[in-house]
Amino acid sequence: MNAKRSTGPSHAIRADQRLIAAMVEPGSRVLDVGCGNGELLELLTREKNIDGRGIEIEQDRVNAAVARGLSVIHGDAEADLIDYPNSAFDYVILGQTLPEVRNPRDVLSELLRIGAHAIVSIPNFGHWRHRLHLLLTGEVPSVGFVNARWYTNPNIHPCTIRDFVDLCEEIGVVVERSVLLGQRGRASRFLGSGWIANLFGEQAIFLLSTRAR
Amino acid sequence: MSMSASEPKPAAAAVITAPHGHKVELGQDEPLELDSGQKLGPFTCAYQTYGRLNAAKSNAVLVCHALTGDQFVIGQNPFTGREGWWPLMVGPGLPLDTERYFIICANVLGGCMGTVGPQDPDPKTGQPYGLSFPFITIGDMVKAQAMLIDHLGIDQLFCVIGGSMGGMQVLQWAVSFPERVFAAVPIACATYHTAQNIAFHEVGRQAIFADPDWRNGSYLAENTKPRRGLAVARMAAHITYLSEAALHEKFGRRLQNRDQLIYDLQDLFAVESYLRHQGEAFVERFDANSYVYITRAMDYFDLAARHDGKLAEVFKGTKTRFCVISFTGDWLYPTSDNREIVRALNAVAANVSFVEVKSDKGHDAFLLNEPVMFETLRGFLNGAARRRGLIA
Repeated sequence: MNAKRSTGPSHAIRADQRLIAAMVEPGSRVLDVGCGNGELLELLTREKNIDGRGIEIEQDRVNAAVARGLSVIHGDAEADLIDYPNSAFDYVILGQTLPEVRNPRDVLSELLRIGAHAIVSIPNFGHWRHRLHLLLTGEVPSVGFVNARWYTNPNIHPCTIRDFVDLCEEIGVVVERSVLLGQRGRASRFLGSGWIANLFGEQAIFLLSTRAR
Repeated sequence: MSMSASEPKPAAAAVITAPHGHKVELGQDEPLELDSGQKLGPFTCAYQTYGRLNAAKSNAVLVCHALTGDQFVIGQNPFTGREGWWPLMVGPGLPLDTERYFIICANVLGGCMGTVGPQDPDPKTGQPYGLSFPFITIGDMVKAQAMLIDHLGIDQLFCVIGGSMGGMQVLQWAVSFPERVFAAVPIACATYHTAQNIAFHEVGRQAIFADPDWRNGSYLAENTKPRRGLAVARMAAHITYLSEAALHEKFGRRLQNRDQLIYDLQDLFAVESYLRHQGEAFVERFDANSYVYITRAMDYFDLAARHDGKLAEVFKGTKTRFCVISFTGDWLYPTSDNREIVRALNAVAANVSFVEVKSDKGHDAFLLNEPVMFETLRGFLNGAARRRGLIA
């Protein structure tokens, strides 16, 4: 697959990663699922002194991350999260990859089983440009990827902000905080989290926890 | 053929003489209690060191050698005259940087390069132990190494590292002495020996037993040497260290010094003479009974055996930082075996890195030039050294 994530060079910190980092308390235990080359883990280790671990599916990225001195394993969110014990981490991070997993609902539940909090960022398929793209061209947008067609991008479960919030509601996950990213990855305070957000937010980052039982 | 003990023995039966290096008598106060229940000691342990131990004694790295390896990690091996077995890994500026770390490698218990083994005299009889040498395990090897580390006055090793059987020792260290291992690097290994692993070893042992010169293990006393048996054992084992792709690339169906097929049993295919050479070279440097005892020790290995097979239990509470490395072309201890280690460590949320290196060189890849292995290992060690305060 030649689909490339349209979020800048691989060694740069993505806009959503900066905002994710801001949600993490210093000194906490963090698992980054789909950690890539380990940019976010490195940032969190440097700036927040976290005890960090990563899982990454691409072997070359795992090697690069380990070579940076990070604790990263080669693995797959859907197959390997099951190995971790309950509440092993303060935060489990899933950046951008939820639409790419086979069973987003189970993955989301797993994140909150092994972490007290989950931080999930999603590309919003409900953004007006994607809606307009489908309306005007009749083609499914390859959200988050450049030079990709519907059959080459890895998105198998596209979702909107509204879809995601509904799923959280359904499985008893509490949205403690959400940040919307508008154009050019800037955080926006004015979009709320309702239909306006769903139309104008390009990405969303959620700080999640499980409802107290 | 029998000889009185006072007569000098001819070269054929010579004990493989221990090369120069460090030697220490361990277990003088308290013998080593073996897993079999037998006691051993005092016993000789031969080891080499490279680099310098710092004042805080916090920079020591224990390198664990594989089945047929020895303590001569780098530099000229004084016995074989050849270069040590890990020159690409250990040395100034290399991942195991001798300017930063104090590297220790000891010949394993049961070995034939200076540490006590079946070829050494049994203090009770004055004759070589032969088959009266006590059976040993990977756990026993590690206990003996721990006695050496005590002797060197080191509380905690910065890192324990090794491939194959060396990797098994690394895992055993992390389980037996978790607080003494800051970082652990098991390479190309497994948490237990599978039926297939045992099967290959049994072929090797049976080849030795079938050699009439083995004399039920007392070939030294009887002045013989099971050359053919040990050579065949080595040939069979050597195949398992290479990948099919590596063998094909190196030899294919090439003929040895011939243009066409011949119809008799002389050397024909290149791969045959290569294996034969491997076997012949091996018997010059290795003791057959050591081979029997050490392969047996590997076959006994099952890290989770005392925990009802629950591997995660053995790592519970570990603070050690692990880096597990496997190779795609290794079918002796494949990635799936190494991943078992990772899964168990994840199950206790341990600090673990796991890298699978793409290589078609087979199991022996860990000894060869694999830049990705060196690079990731360098990163892992630097990260650990930073945590340990060895570098800023």
